[in-house]
Amino acid sequence: MNSETLIPYVGVVTDIRQDTPDVKTFRVVSPEGGKLFEHMPGQCAMVSVPGVGEGMFSITSSPTNTEFMEFSIKKCGHLTNWLHAMDVGQQITVRGPYGNNFPVETELKGKDLLFIAGGIGLAPLRSVINYVRDKRENYGKIQIVYGSRSKDDLVDYQEIINEWMADDGVEVNLTIDREQEGWDGHVGFVPNYVKELAPSTDKTVLVCGPPIMIKFTLAGLKEIGFTETQVYTTMELRMKCAIGKCGRCNIGNKYVCKDGPVFRFDELDELPDEY
Amino acid sequence: MQEAMINRAKELMADGTVSRVIGWKRGEFAYDITPAVFETAEEIDSDFVCDDFTAANVSKYLIKESRKEGRILAFLKPCDTYSFNQLIKEHRIIRENVYVIGIPGGPKLDAEKLKARGITGILGVRNEKGTLHIDTVYGEETMPMFEAILGKCENCKSTKHVVYDELMGEEGEVIADSGRFDRVAELENMTAQQRFEFWREQLSKCIRCNACRNVCPACSCENCVFDNPDSGISNKAAADSFEENNFHIIRAFHVAGRCTDCGECSRVCPQNIPLHLLNRKFIKDINELYGEYQAGEDTTSRAPLTNYNADEDCEPSIVHERGAE
Amino acid sequence: MLMISLDRLDELFAAVAAKQTLYLPADREDGQAEYRRWEDGVKLSSRLNTVRSAKDFFFPQTEDLVEFKMEGKNIEVIDPRKESEDFVVFGVRACDARSFTILDKVYLVEPVDSYYKTRRDHGTVVTMACTRPEETCFCRTFGIDPTAPEGDCACWSDGESLFFRANTEKGEKFVDSISSLLDEGDTEKLEKINERTRDVLSKMPLANLSAENFGGDKLNEYFNSDKWGELSEACLGCGTCTFVCPTCQCYDIRDFDTGHGIKRFRCWDSCMYSDFTKMAHGNPRLTQLERFRQRFMHKLVYFPANNNGEFGCVGCGRCLSKCPISMNIVKVMKALEVK
Repeated sequence: MNSETLIPYVGVVTDIRQDTPDVKTFRVVSPEGGKLFEHMPGQCAMVSVPGVGEGMFSITSSPTNTEFMEFSIKKCGHLTNWLHAMDVGQQITVRGPYGNNFPVETELKGKDLLFIAGGIGLAPLRSVINYVRDKRENYGKIQIVYGSRSKDDLVDYQEIINEWMADDGVEVNLTIDREQEGWDGHVGFVPNYVKELAPSTDKTVLVCGPPIMIKFTLAGLKEIGFTETQVYTTMELRMKCAIGKCGRCNIGNKYVCKDGPVFRFDELDELPDEY
Repeated sequence: MQEAMINRAKELMADGTVSRVIGWKRGEFAYDITPAVFETAEEIDSDFVCDDFTAANVSKYLIKESRKEGRILAFLKPCDTYSFNQLIKEHRIIRENVYVIGIPGGPKLDAEKLKARGITGILGVRNEKGTLHIDTVYGEETMPMFEAILGKCENCKSTKHVVYDELMGEEGEVIADSGRFDRVAELENMTAQQRFEFWREQLSKCIRCNACRNVCPACSCENCVFDNPDSGISNKAAADSFEENNFHIIRAFHVAGRCTDCGECSRVCPQNIPLHLLNRKFIKDINELYGEYQAGEDTTSRAPLTNYNADEDCEPSIVHERGAE
Repeated sequence: MLMISLDRLDELFAAVAAKQTLYLPADREDGQAEYRRWEDGVKLSSRLNTVRSAKDFFFPQTEDLVEFKMEGKNIEVIDPRKESEDFVVFGVRACDARSFTILDKVYLVEPVDSYYKTRRDHGTVVTMACTRPEETCFCRTFGIDPTAPEGDCACWSDGESLFFRANTEKGEKFVDSISSLLDEGDTEKLEKINERTRDVLSKMPLANLSAENFGGDKLNEYFNSDKWGELSEACLGCGTCTFVCPTCQCYDIRDFDTGHGIKRFRCWDSCMYSDFTKMAHGNPRLTQLERFRQRFMHKLVYFPANNNGEFGCVGCGRCLSKCPISMNIVKVMKALEVK
């Protein structure tokens, strides 16, 4: 980690991909080339345009990518509007990595994994998915259930089709909320689809999406027979310092930026209901 | 008076006139009262207090309280009734949901003035014929009461209630010679440089706590412009002298013509900045330019600053050109 | 013990200030005290404590973190910090001295806040034992002895002389630096004064306030208490308690366009403010109840849960005398406590 953690690195945006109407993926490298810093899947970084704002975003590229970092960012406020409007070649600032990560080298090792994502919730999971795809020998079967409002709102659609679906031992189940022309896949909400798919209960689950989706998905998983200790998620609260000092992302005695963003559901259960 | 208020409050609750009472709640010491809503006779009996230290103006709470189920009894001091009326005028309080009992006003006391004289370890304060007997852990101390009067009561503008459903105690009157503009006149007579120095010194003490704004009955915006992160105002930074000056000056502009001079801003300021002087300057100017006007005096008249009249209005720039003071 | 006569205080301050910047509590014209840089003529305050706490010296209300020069698509990052100078803060009370160890537990744990650490390294804290506590004092609730303050060097006054005892290496250096002014003195009278102070404290209204039923054990029980609504009812949502508090340490980071570049500064922030946790897509603390609860839960429950039971309050009493509606941690503790 940068020894002066509140002073950011400068990064250059070398590629901007329009993923969905309101999500773009930004590729960032150091001005000298290469990654700004190493990270683990699920960790975040503070991305900023000086004078516009600074915000916490999950690093969506896998640590196994040795050339660049990527951030998939939904347009929803002052800073993200600016990021969406910028051109390739723009410099931004980045500091990090912050927070904990999905336990890919410990608890997840050797397990069958079930990823469940909704909308932009795929962003933090993409880092893990590509990490375990690159280290296939360390993990069991991989199942990905991903849904969005429409086909156009599926983030990383090309990567899903061309790479994930082409992998051995990776099962991808896509769904969209409503019928749409040119879509012959599943239609329906993610929590219901998970129940329909009835995944085997020995899997370890990583879930991320809108709060309401997470709530119903967790309830559905419990119905099928999963326990809270098998399910991980990643959280988002307002953050300023990203190092557990500014006090903003405090829930109970935890700081989401430092003790999270990754929590297992039994850990979340112990925290006061304020997120 | 406290006893009578308690009895009347319980009566009005018992006969169903009101379901709640807003007043003041006893604290740990003689002086640390908290505005509070009482819902039972037991709560009133054990905690309700009205004494030399119940200075807090509860009118602003009625914005929220008058929107709740049932009617609420509010005990208002004369100055508080001006704030209440002004909020009625601005359609912020639902009048029929409040039962107003006018009670005598101050002068109220300021515990900080006791402490500034070195009277600390205060266990109790008795007010006997204008002398305060203060029981402290270091022994009894006395001081003349008039030296402990709260700043906002020093130049009381009126002991008359401008609104009530019921009155307790004797009605007072508007005090024409309150002297409340004397200090403003002193400031006006300073050179621009002296005045600038005065305000720089005062405003540089500001810690941006926003207590003045949040307590102010005229600051009833749902969202304050200073809280807008996109406003370009570094609202919490105390380092930038420009911002500090402007926060208070802009606020004074925003409440001009609506400020009733209740004095709560100066009462709550942890740094003792005489913020009320900014508001009084505006009130004095409005009086001089547009004729005597007291915000909150009634609920129907148009305020000078919202009532442009091409024939009669005297714009400040014109007054300035004429060389008036 | 080494001491100096009280009528030679000016000499002492001049000697300290000749080597380092010296700050001490001084009276303002309104009768309140504030820390001021010592210069000839500045007198040590007679008030028990300052309105603003001593945390300002290590965690100032506003400071620049980093600057950016923007040119076309390029950004240059500049560390604006200049070399720091040594300084002495004199006359710190035991409560404020303890607040530094609480702030240390936030700012000096990994990742270390180097802005804070630099100032801690350069500052020498000289404390002053209390002889005239006020009714708002409750430092002993948190195990603080106001007659034996922490800090690099502690001082005691017996009404005639000021006595010095170094607690740390920095404190020893401080005493060494003024040793030519000091003499050995008899502490017999001092002992009696300390005894009297402790006796006075036991007669104070808050003498029996205990925090033993707070801490991390009952986190959800206290969080879900039905008292919060009533306690927070009159809260104005201002930041007075937070800003006069010696242990409140939350901050905001903002950018300011100077016209020549961007200054990124941090400034004190308050969990009592409505925008503290506001996000583009909502706010987990929607009403003043949640914000009010956060401040007290943090001091009484969350902080001790993470710091071996140490509370995030030092009982200085500032919030008791400064809250515009006189709602404060003592009232909260009394209303909330579950035995």
